[in-house]
Amino acid sequence: MGNRWKLQPRTEQKLVQFLMYVLTSVAVLVLVFILAVILKNGLPQLSLEFLTRNPADMGREGGILSTIVATIFLTFIALLVATPLGVGTAIYLTEYTVESRITRIIRFGAECLAGIPSIIFGLFGFILFVNKLKFGWSILSGGLTLAFMVLPTIIRTSEEAIKAVPPAYRLVSFSLGSTRWQTVTRVVLPSAIPGIVTGVILSIGRSIGETAAVIFTAGSALRLPTSLFSSSRTMSVHFYILAKEGVSLPKAYGTAAVLVISILIINIATYYMMERYIKRKS
Amino acid sequence: MKQRGILVRDFSHYYGQTRSLNKINLDVYRNEILGIIGPARSGKSTFLACLNRLNDLIPGSRVEGKILVDDRDIYGPEVDVVALRRKLGMVFATPVPLPLTIYENIVFGVRLLGNNNRRELDLLVEDSLQKAGLWNEVKDRLHSSALKLSGGQQQRLCIARVLALKPQYIMLDEPTSGLDPISTMKIEDSLRSLKKDFTIILVTNNTKQAARVADRTAFFLMGELVEIDETPVVFTRPSDRRTEAYLEGKFG
Repeated sequence: MGNRWKLQPRTEQKLVQFLMYVLTSVAVLVLVFILAVILKNGLPQLSLEFLTRNPADMGREGGILSTIVATIFLTFIALLVATPLGVGTAIYLTEYTVESRITRIIRFGAECLAGIPSIIFGLFGFILFVNKLKFGWSILSGGLTLAFMVLPTIIRTSEEAIKAVPPAYRLVSFSLGSTRWQTVTRVVLPSAIPGIVTGVILSIGRSIGETAAVIFTAGSALRLPTSLFSSSRTMSVHFYILAKEGVSLPKAYGTAAVLVISILIINIATYYMMERYIKRKS
Repeated sequence: MKQRGILVRDFSHYYGQTRSLNKINLDVYRNEILGIIGPARSGKSTFLACLNRLNDLIPGSRVEGKILVDDRDIYGPEVDVVALRRKLGMVFATPVPLPLTIYENIVFGVRLLGNNNRRELDLLVEDSLQKAGLWNEVKDRLHSSALKLSGGQQQRLCIARVLALKPQYIMLDEPTSGLDPISTMKIEDSLRSLKKDFTIILVTNNTKQAARVADRTAFFLMGELVEIDETPVVFTRPSDRRTEAYLEGKFG
C-alpha cells in the first residue's frame, strides 16, 4: 500500500538529477546576475582616465586612482601581518603540540574570531589602533584591523593544508636525520603551499571587498595616500559613500566593476600559478 | 671473530599502558644480515623504531632497559638523536619518495647538513644509486619526479636515499611486502652485496625471505624474542615449539 507512491528507480534517478540540475543552475544564475548588473552598469564608466585620475568634487568627477592605491596598500599590510601570524599558528598547532585542551582552546578562539561580524572588528580597530595607539584614521590602522579579521581564515586553511601532508613524509624526513624545523620547512610547508596560498587568496578577496571594518579605521580621505599614517578611502568604502550619499551612481558602478574584475583576475591568476606549481612538483 | 655492533639488554617498550616489547635481549653483529620474523603485531617494527628512536615521535611511548649502539647507550642523556638516525638508516614497508626529484630525494639528508657542493652531491647520487641497483634505470632522468617511478624502483630509491646518509646500519621494515617477485629479487640481491659495508637488520613477514638472505634469524612473538640463532638452525632445528609452529604456518 505504502508503495503506491514509490517511483521506478530509473524515474527516481532522473527526477533527482533534474532537481540537482535546477538547484545548481539557480546558484550559478545568482552569480551571473550579480556580475551582469555590475558589469552592465559599470563597464561603460571604465576608461584609462577612470583608473589613473584621483576623484574630484567628492567623487562626482574624475577617477578612482587614490582608492585603488589605498586598497592595495591596505590589503598588502593586512596580508603582510596576517600571513606569518596565521601560518605560524597553524604550524604550532599541527607540528609542535599534541592535541590537547590548549590547542582546542586556541582553535576554538580562532573559530570564534571568524564568526565576529566585520563591523565589530572595525569598532575594535577604531578603539585600539585609531584612538589608543594614536595611529589615527590611517592605512596602518585599517591594515592591522583587516589582518585580525582575516587571521582565522589563514589559520584554518593553513592548518587543513598542513594536516593533509601525508604523515609518512614526516616520518621519512625524521628518519633521514632532520630536526623538526627542517621537516617543517623542507617537507611539510612545500607540500602544503597550494592550500596555504588558497587561504591567502581568500583573505585578499575579503580584504579588498571589506567595507565595515575599514570605514572606521582607514578613514575616507580622497587624497592619494603618502604614508602609512595617511587617512585614505578604499574602493569598497568609496563605492559605499558614492551610493549611499547619492553622490554619483554611475561612478559607484564603475568602482564596483573595478573591484569585481580585480578580484576575478587575482583568483584566476593564482589558480593558474598553483596549477603550474603542483604540476612541476609531481 | 664477530664484532658486536648493537647490544640490547632487558629492553621493554610501552605505548601508554600497553607493553609492546618485553625484556628483549639480543646482539647484532657487524656486517651480518639479521632477519627478524614474526606474525603481525609481534613488536618487530616497534623494535626497529626503538633502535633509531623514531618511537620518540609517538606520544605515550616509554622504554625500559638498555640499547647500546657502538658501546653507547642510545637512551642516555647526551645522545644526539639526529646523528643516531643517520647512523641507523631506515627503509619503510611502503616506499615513500618525498615529492621531489630523484636527485633531491637522494641528497635530502646531506643537504640537511648544509653540504651543497654540486660535484660531491653528483658523485654521492651516482654511488648510492649504483649500490641500490637503480642507477642504470634512472641515470637519464635524475631530475624528474621520484613519484613517477614504479613501486620497486621507489623502494630501491629509498634504499639509495638511506645509503647516501653513509649509515653504519641499515634497518628495513618489510621492504618488499608490496612488491612483485622480480623487484623483491633485485632488492634481496642488493642486500647481499651491501652486507660487506653495512650491518643490516631486515624485518620481514615472509619467512622464506629470511631463509634466503639472513645470516641469523630472530623470531618475535607478542613482544617477546622467542629465539635467535643462525638462520639454518632456526629453520631446521628450532629450539622452541612456537618457532616451529610459526614456520610450519600453523599460525601467524
